[in-house]
Amino acid sequence: MLFDPLARLGRGGLDALARFGRAHRLLLAMVLGIGEVLRRPRLLIAQVYNVGVLSMLIVGVSGLFVGMVLALQGYYVLARFGAAESLGLMVAASLVRELGPVVTALLVAGRAGSALTAEIGLMKATEQLAGLELMAVDPVRRILVPRLFGGVLAMPLLAAVFSAVGVIGGYFVGIGLLGVDAGAFWSQMQSAVDFREDVVNGVIKSLVFGVVVTWIALFQGYDCSPTSEGVSRATTRTVVHGALAVLGLDFVLTALMFGG
Amino acid sequence: MMPSQGPGGAPGVRVEDASAGTNGAARASATDDVLVRVRDLTFRRGERVIFDGLDLDIRRGAVTAVMGPSGTGKTTLLKLITGQLRPDAGRVEIGGVAVHELDKSALYRLRRRMGMLFQSGALLTDLNVFDNVAYPLREHTDLSPSLLRKLVLLKLEAVGLRGARALMPSELSGGMARRVALARAIALDPEMILYDEPFTGQDPISMGALVSLIRQLNDAANLTSVLVSHDVAETSRIADHVYLISHGRVVAQGSPAEIAAERSTWVRQFMDGQADGPVHFHYPGPSLAEDLLSRGGR
Repeated sequence: MLFDPLARLGRGGLDALARFGRAHRLLLAMVLGIGEVLRRPRLLIAQVYNVGVLSMLIVGVSGLFVGMVLALQGYYVLARFGAAESLGLMVAASLVRELGPVVTALLVAGRAGSALTAEIGLMKATEQLAGLELMAVDPVRRILVPRLFGGVLAMPLLAAVFSAVGVIGGYFVGIGLLGVDAGAFWSQMQSAVDFREDVVNGVIKSLVFGVVVTWIALFQGYDCSPTSEGVSRATTRTVVHGALAVLGLDFVLTALMFGG
Repeated sequence: MMPSQGPGGAPGVRVEDASAGTNGAARASATDDVLVRVRDLTFRRGERVIFDGLDLDIRRGAVTAVMGPSGTGKTTLLKLITGQLRPDAGRVEIGGVAVHELDKSALYRLRRRMGMLFQSGALLTDLNVFDNVAYPLREHTDLSPSLLRKLVLLKLEAVGLRGARALMPSELSGGMARRVALARAIALDPEMILYDEPFTGQDPISMGALVSLIRQLNDAANLTSVLVSHDVAETSRIADHVYLISHGRVVAQGSPAEIAAERSTWVRQFMDGQADGPVHFHYPGPSLAEDLLSRGGR
């Protein structure tokens, strides 16, 4: 009785470690299964469509509003120091370095990640995965691998869309509403946003987030309890774990890339 | 506890004494024509013992039925035979090879020679009927599209659903879904087919056709069939050999005629569907009066 809480803690720790191990084994199996998408590129294209194209609307609309808010907030701060012409630079750098990759990853975790978990979880609950196994078809290679690489490819493309639409939103607010000089807006952006420092680092972040978000989503679906409650919990975990992983990794990557 | 009957009853029937732990099935049928051999199989789910020293043999070319009350582990047995689960102890062999000792690629090679009809059908919900049946052919063969089409249509014709080839799984009834799943299971012309409750949800016409189809498939293609069911009448019509399992062990086995003539109380209760007998309808627990008078929350 006295040691019950301790035993529960130990059991919980062991369960968490076992899940952690299973998740990494699954990631390794998916990475080793890359040949499947090379042999059957149509599977990959279908998943880029599912994760990428179907997330375009939410990513585009979010990017537009984030860019507009950035321009509004940035203008009042910059104007206080007489640097309102740097608005384009501020909007673009914020989007390309940080907000594009991070917010896109959060949106994808919520929209496509939860859908992936629910899809795989329901395939498990309705014995479709077991059916594939019995047909001597490896569900990891046939079902999960195309989704992983589809997510990894789609993420930087979506982040680029987010940033581009965000810049346009910032342009509308900055030039159309606040009267910033259009030439200064674009030229400052062009001269100060560095391709390697800003764009490439942003793309690297997106790729990492793409791996992590899709991996978490697929693992949660694949490892869930095959019941309606199990699928529901797994879907929630995908969004929570995905968001936390993205935010934590963003700090680590930012420190590595821009920390000096 | 399930009372087990001593040997006796109809000639040829082997009624196993669970408490004594005899391996009658093993000794009786351990011959070369055995495709699947299960020996001293033990399997647990948590604290619950599903199989406790189970022995049975599946003969090549025969329809072997495994029957028993709900929750006795019939589906679990199929999962152990197909390598989806690993036994805690004992052996499950197919053609002399221990299934649970195979690596993944060897297990997949073995599974190409098997077909399994799931209780739920397990159709891929994003593919229509035609593509579901074509799926294993596309995965494992290089057939031309026209030959593949002909094969799929023939398989669908066999289960009476050629006209439903454009339907999606969500548009099928449960019985139709299982017939499509059967067409898919036989797509690669397997050596062995395992049926998990194939008769559930079938209307009388489909049921009759399906019962005949399972028998015909088995005989025409010289298959080995394992039929898990608790539909006594239908199963007895087509089975060559019947195992009755309960409490983790084989409690009786023999031909359907021998099982039908068996007089042991357990066998009679199951085969005749009697409410009273050694198998209790109620799950073990305190009496209803005790439960109603207790102050517990649940």
